[in-house]
Amino acid sequence: MSTSMEQLYQQVILDHAKFPHGRGLGAAADAARTGESHQVNPTCGDEVTLQVDVDASGVVRDVRWEGQGCSISQASVSVLHDLVVDHDLASVDDVAETFRALMQSKGAGLGEEAEDKLGDAAAFTGVGRYSARVKCALLGWVALNDALIKAGAARTKEDA
Amino acid sequence: MTSTLDATAQPHGGTPRTLEAAELAAVRADFPLLARTLRGGRPLVYLDSGATSQKPDVVLDAEQDFYVQRNAAVHRGAHQLAEEATEAFEDARSRVASFVGVSPGELVWTSNATAAINLVAYAMSNATLGRGGADARRFALAPGDEIVVTEAEHHANLVPWQELAARTGATLRWVGVDDDGRLRADELDTVVTSRTRVVAVTHASNVTGAITPVARFVARAREVGALTVLDACQSVPHLPVDLPALGVDFAAFSGHKMLGPTGVGALYGRRELLEAMPPVTTGGSMVEVVTMDRTTYAPPPQRFEAGTQMVSQAVGMGAAASYLAELGMDAVAAHEAHLTRLLLDAVASVPGVRVIGPTDAHDRLATVSFVVDGVHAHDVGQVLDDAGVAVRVGHHCAQPLHRRFGVAATARASAAVYTTDEEVAVFREALAGVRTFFGLEDGRSA
Repeated sequence: MSTSMEQLYQQVILDHAKFPHGRGLGAAADAARTGESHQVNPTCGDEVTLQVDVDASGVVRDVRWEGQGCSISQASVSVLHDLVVDHDLASVDDVAETFRALMQSKGAGLGEEAEDKLGDAAAFTGVGRYSARVKCALLGWVALNDALIKAGAARTKEDA
Repeated sequence: MTSTLDATAQPHGGTPRTLEAAELAAVRADFPLLARTLRGGRPLVYLDSGATSQKPDVVLDAEQDFYVQRNAAVHRGAHQLAEEATEAFEDARSRVASFVGVSPGELVWTSNATAAINLVAYAMSNATLGRGGADARRFALAPGDEIVVTEAEHHANLVPWQELAARTGATLRWVGVDDDGRLRADELDTVVTSRTRVVAVTHASNVTGAITPVARFVARAREVGALTVLDACQSVPHLPVDLPALGVDFAAFSGHKMLGPTGVGALYGRRELLEAMPPVTTGGSMVEVVTMDRTTYAPPPQRFEAGTQMVSQAVGMGAAASYLAELGMDAVAAHEAHLTRLLLDAVASVPGVRVIGPTDAHDRLATVSFVVDGVHAHDVGQVLDDAGVAVRVGHHCAQPLHRRFGVAATARASAAVYTTDEEVAVFREALAGVRTFFGLEDGRSA
């Protein structure tokens, strides 16, 4: 197997795909604002349903999700869960933007500072080299953005 | 080249001539793209011909030659170039028509096979609205009428019929698929009824590779006076196809899957039906007399060819038909029948891999879809790509069929006339490495 395969399928990605975090839908954690989004990648049929709870102080209290798809798409939602739960909306927005930028870096990466911020998500650097797979990695993030809008906790693109 | 193909005929049976090794090498040399290499200098193993085929030099040259030597507007103008362009365009129509055993006047150029099927569906819609007068009444639908499709259809031969049903109040019904991926032809007697007006079916599934017993569908449709529409996209590039012998009323196929260019496809319609059918897209080139308040229409096929046509692509598709005809479709089919057995053997030899479709090579194309236990199709495709093997992954525009088998996505290896034994061997070896790469031991799922 080539090094590019090993860079694409880093062990941390395979581990998240095998033992995903935050999987399983359910009731909202408290009386917080809650939003849900269902996203499908129509080219391959991968899908994810994601629920997000945001408390009154603007902190993401929980992310729950269910989905089916390739290891990249499933691992990405698992990593997303770890990156956003217990973080305020401003830092969630920041990490989401950084991850999008990583996917657009065509495998070059974003440097140490940005990758520190991304934690396990930095392992997705190699995905950017395969344009067909970027959509897989972004599926959960698209769902998160939509769920936050539905929760009234994020501005839409038009508002921005 | 025009032997009959249906369930009773055995296209892969007997001892037809196949391609000799030297012939196959010569065929491959005709396809410049097959010689390119991929990341890391790996040779290309192209097993995605079911999605689109590669193109031989004669097709590329025909398109180029048209622009370099003959480019002009067709069917208008009195100058020599216009005459030559028109001749090239109509000569291509004749080549493609004779390739499927029909006359040129029964072959309408379309932008692709999807457009060809939509053309029939929208002509029926227009007839339902009273367009085309008394002659077109045979195409009109009403609430209570039924349209029959199958669970194996590509979305292109399903969604246009769903939409036609929605526009006319007709009901959509369908024939199921058995566990082996074959159409449940035994359901025809109950699904097709006296209320059935259209039976639309694929000649061969783009997922399972199963070849449809077309004769049974046609016979049942005729019993109830229903029109038949055949999706021949997957059959025409790989089997000898004689549409009049199959007895269908309409058929659609595309250029790009049969070694021709993209942007061109064809609709076959029995002449008397095309003559009675109202137009769909209207405008220039498809008229007789136009006054400010009304228009009379040209006879078919021009009636259905509004606006400037895809002339160079049509010329390329004509060249592709001639190329295949020259090889001999019996020989092409025999070669691909051999590849079918190799592909099925390859997939069967790897533990944890399951075929979605028939596992016996009879009445089946060299199109093999499969799932790898514990590994998503996308990930399978990525590992195969790393070995230079191009396969399709996803639902292949056939979501209901995938749902029928309880899977969201499959990987599909599909061969064509230029595919070799060695390529299947590379595919087999790469497939054998997939579960290992993802840390799965043979025979156990994740």
